[in-house]
Amino acid sequence: MSLTDIMNITLMQGFAGLSLFSVLLLMGLGLAIIFGQMGVINMAHGEFMTIGAYTIYMFSSLTETFLPGFASMYFPFAIAAAFCIAFAFGWFIEWALIRHLYKRPLDTLLATWGLSLAMQQTFRSTFGAREVSPTLPDWLLGSWAPAEGLDIPINGLFVLALTALVTGGVLLALYRSRWGLRVRATVANRPMANATGINTSRTDRLTFAIGCGIAGIAGAAFTTIGSTGPTSGSLYIVDAFLVVTFGGAGSLLGTVASAFGIAQTQSIAEFFMTGSMAKVLTLMMIVTILMLRPQGLFASKIRR
Amino acid sequence: MSNTDFVLAVEDLTVSFDGFKAIDALTLYVDRGELRVIIGPNGAGKTTLLDLICGKTRASGGSIKFKNIEMTKMAEHKIVRSGIGRKFQTPSIYENLSVFKNLEVSFPRGRSVFGALGFRCTDEVKARVQSVADEISLGDSLDIEAGLLSHGQKQWLEIGMLLMQEPELLMLDEPIAGMSVRERELTGELLQRICKGRSVIVIEHDMDFVKRIAHKVTVMHQGKILAEGSMDKVQNDPKVIDVYLGH
Amino acid sequence: MDSIKSWLARSGMGSVLILALIIVVVFPLTMDLFRLNLVGKYLTYAFVAVGLVMLWGYGGVLSLGQGVFFGLGGYMMAMFMKLEASDPETTKIQSTPGIPDFMDWNQITELPLWWEPFRHLPLALLAVLLVPTVLAFIISFAMFRRRVGGVYFAIITQAVCLILTVLIVGQQGYTGGVNGITDLKTILGWDTRTDEAKYILYFLNAGLLIAAILLCRWIQLSKLGTLLLAMRDKEDRVRFSGYDVSMFKVFAFCLAAMLSAIGGAMFVLQVGFMSPSLVGIVPSIEMVIFAAVGGRMSLVGAVYGALLVNFGKTYFSESFPDLWLFLMAALFIGVVLAFPNGLAGLYESHVKPRLGKRKDKPASGANSTPSSDVPPAIPLHSGASHGGKPLARTALPDGVQGTSA
Repeated sequence: MSLTDIMNITLMQGFAGLSLFSVLLLMGLGLAIIFGQMGVINMAHGEFMTIGAYTIYMFSSLTETFLPGFASMYFPFAIAAAFCIAFAFGWFIEWALIRHLYKRPLDTLLATWGLSLAMQQTFRSTFGAREVSPTLPDWLLGSWAPAEGLDIPINGLFVLALTALVTGGVLLALYRSRWGLRVRATVANRPMANATGINTSRTDRLTFAIGCGIAGIAGAAFTTIGSTGPTSGSLYIVDAFLVVTFGGAGSLLGTVASAFGIAQTQSIAEFFMTGSMAKVLTLMMIVTILMLRPQGLFASKIRR
Repeated sequence: MSNTDFVLAVEDLTVSFDGFKAIDALTLYVDRGELRVIIGPNGAGKTTLLDLICGKTRASGGSIKFKNIEMTKMAEHKIVRSGIGRKFQTPSIYENLSVFKNLEVSFPRGRSVFGALGFRCTDEVKARVQSVADEISLGDSLDIEAGLLSHGQKQWLEIGMLLMQEPELLMLDEPIAGMSVRERELTGELLQRICKGRSVIVIEHDMDFVKRIAHKVTVMHQGKILAEGSMDKVQNDPKVIDVYLGH
Repeated sequence: MDSIKSWLARSGMGSVLILALIIVVVFPLTMDLFRLNLVGKYLTYAFVAVGLVMLWGYGGVLSLGQGVFFGLGGYMMAMFMKLEASDPETTKIQSTPGIPDFMDWNQITELPLWWEPFRHLPLALLAVLLVPTVLAFIISFAMFRRRVGGVYFAIITQAVCLILTVLIVGQQGYTGGVNGITDLKTILGWDTRTDEAKYILYFLNAGLLIAAILLCRWIQLSKLGTLLLAMRDKEDRVRFSGYDVSMFKVFAFCLAAMLSAIGGAMFVLQVGFMSPSLVGIVPSIEMVIFAAVGGRMSLVGAVYGALLVNFGKTYFSESFPDLWLFLMAALFIGVVLAFPNGLAGLYESHVKPRLGKRKDKPASGANSTPSSDVPPAIPLHSGASHGGKPLARTALPDGVQGTSA
C-alpha cells in the first residue's frame, strides 16, 4: 500500500465521519431548538423527519407521473415543501397537545410517544409497511473523484452542504432575527418576556413549528442516503436526544460540537471493530461522560 | 484559620457568580445563645450568606466554621446533622402532608435509607411532636393538611420543623413576612423563647420587629458588612443611613 | 371486626386482598390453561409496573429503561436454563457438544467464562437479584449525586436501553442475538412445560407479585414512603432537614430494578424464551404506560393497568391490527391529558363517592391516631373494604371479558 493509498483511505474515512456528523447535526438541530430552548421533550421528532422523507417520495412519484421533464429539478422544491408540511403539522400539534403540558415535562414525553405511535400507523396505512425510496435526480448520484483513488460520494456532499446551510440559517435566525430575540427572551425569563409585550405562547408555537420544520428538512436529506419506512424516524430519536444533551441543552454550538465528536468517535471506532460494537462504545462513552458532567459539554453558567 | 469560642465563625468568605461577587471577603462571628439579626437593602447578599452557611451554595473562598469544624466542603445533609437548621424565605413545608407528619418527618432519627424503613413513631416521638406543636401554636391543628394553614401558620410550622431537629444554630430568612400584627407579636415571643440554649440568625426587613428581638444587628451591603452592633448604634451610623436613604 | 375494617381501609390492604382473590382464585377457576399462562405473562410485566409506581409515582423519577432490568433478570434465568438444556448428551451433533446451540452456530468452541456461574441455580438466582440492582445502583448513584433528574435521567435510561439492545443483538455468539435464548425446558430436571408446572409457576408468580406489592405498601407506609412524597413536593426542605436525598432516590431506583428483574426471571420461567425485543426502548416505554393506566400512585392499579393494556393489546392486535397503535396512542395521550391518575384516580373520584353514600360514612379509623394519617395525595383503594369486592369485579373484568368473548 503506497502513501497516497493511505492518504486516500484516511480522507475517505474522515469524510464518512463528516457524513455521519451532518446526519447527527441535522437530527439534533430541530431538537436543540425544541428541547434546548423550550425544554419540551418531543419523542415524535423522528416521525417529523419521516414526514419530510415521505414528502420527497411523494414529490418524486408525482413528478415521475405528471412532469417527467421536471425530474432533475424537483428536489429543491420538495425540500421546501418538506419544511412547510412538517412546520404546519408541528404548529397544529403544539396547539392541540404540547401547550397543555408545558409544566409537566415527563408527561409531554409520554404524550408525544403516543403521538409518534399514531403517526407511524398513519404512515403505514398511507404508504404501506414497505420501505420506499424516491427516484433521485441524476446530479445527486455518483461520486466526485478529485484525485486518483479518491471517491467522495455526491449525496454525502449534498447532505453536508444542506447541513451547513440549515445550521447557518438557524444560528442567524436565533441571534439576528426578531423571532430569535423573542425566543431567547422567553427562555431567559418567561413572565418578564410576557410583561414586555412578547406573546410567549405564540413564540412557543412558532419555535416548536420551526423545530419540526427542520426535522422535515433532515428527513428530506436522509432520502438521499437511505430508504424510508414507517418506523425509520424512531431509530434516530435516542441518538438525536443524546446529541443535544451531550452538547449541553440550550447551546446550539454545543450541539454542533457534540455531533462532530460523536460522529468522529463512532466512525473511527468502526474502523477497528464491528458497527454494532462501535455504536455500543460510542454510546457508553456518551453516557459515562454525561454521568460525570450532566450539564453536557457546553453549559451556560447560571446562578442557582 | 484558628479556632474560636464562637459557635459560628465566618472568615474571609467570598462567592462570585461569573465575576459578580455576591459575598465579598465577609467575616462574621456569632456567639452561643445569641440572637443576631442581619439587615440590609435588597441584593446585599443576606440570603446568599445563609445559602453558603447551610451548603446550598458553595463558597469560592474563605472559611465557615461551626463549632470549629470547617463546613465549606461538607454535604448539605451533614451540615444539617451537625446542628444547623435553615428556614427558607417562602414557607417550605410539605403541603400534602398533615401538620403531624410534617413535624414527624423532621424528627432527627432514621435519617438513612434503612433507618427510615425501620423508623417507628414511638410515644417519645409523639410527645416531642406535641410539645413542638404547642410551642408554635399549632397544638390543635395536628391533623390538618399543611397546605390548608394560613401563611403565618406555615411560617411557624417550618420553624417547628427546625425545632424538631434541636439545632444549635437556627437561621431564619424573613420569618414574619406576610404575617398579621398579632402573628408578628407571637413570632417575636417565639423567637425570644427558642434562642434560649441556641444561637439564632434572622434576616428581617421590619425595623420595629428587629428592634424588639435583636441582641446584635449586622448590616450588609453589596456583599460586605457595613456595620455591626446594637440596634441604636447601627441606626445612627452615617454609613447605614446613607445606604438606606441615600442614592 | 371494626378494628379489622379500619385497618384494612387505612393500610390499603382491602384492595390488595381483592387483587389477590382475583389473580389467585378467580382467574385460575375461570380460564383455561392457555389464557392463564397468558395472564401469567402479563403479571410478570406487572412487577415492572409496581416498581414504577414506587419510582415514578412516589419518587418522582421516571425511568424509560426498565426493560434493561427486566431483560437482565430474564436473560440470566434463561442462561441457566439454556445451559441445562445444552448438556453434552442432547447436543452431541454439534461440533462442540455441551455449549448452547447458538454458540455452536457462531463458531464458538468453548463456553465463555462469564457463562460459567450460570451452571448453578443458586448462583443464577443470586445474579438475577443482584446484577440488575448493582447496575441500577451505579447508574442512579452517579446521576442523583449530581442532581440529575427529570427528563435528563429519562434520556440516560433510554440510552442504557439502547446500549444493552445493540450489545445483545451484536454479540450473537454470546447472547443468541436477535432470536434471543430459546428452547428452555427444565430447571434441575423439572420440566417447566407440563400443565402441572405451568399451574405451579403461575401461582408462584402470583404469590411473588402479591408479596412485592405488600413489601412496597410497607415501604410506602414507613417513614421512607413519607420522605419520598415529601421530596417530590419540596426536595430542598428534605435535604435541609438532614436527609441525603440522592440515596432515597437511589433506593427507589434499585427497588424498581430488582422487582423488574424478578418479573423478567418469572417471564422466562413461564414463557420459555428471552429476546432483545423485551429489553429495548419500545417495551420499556410500554411498561410505563401500564403504571400510568393503572394510576401512577396505586400499586394495585399498576397490576390492573398491566392486565388491561395487555389484554387489549392481544385482543386488538389479533382482530384489528391497524387500530391497535392508534388505540395505544390514544391511551398515552389520554392518560396524560385527561386521567393523570389512571384507573385508581377514576375509582377515587367517580366510584368511591357513590359507594360512600350507599354505605353511610367511610371508615373513621383514618384519623384515630395522627401518626396513621395517610397522605391524601395517595389514592389508596381504602374504601374498597366496604363492599368493594363486587365493585372491583365490575371495574376490572371489562378487559377480561373482552378477550374471552
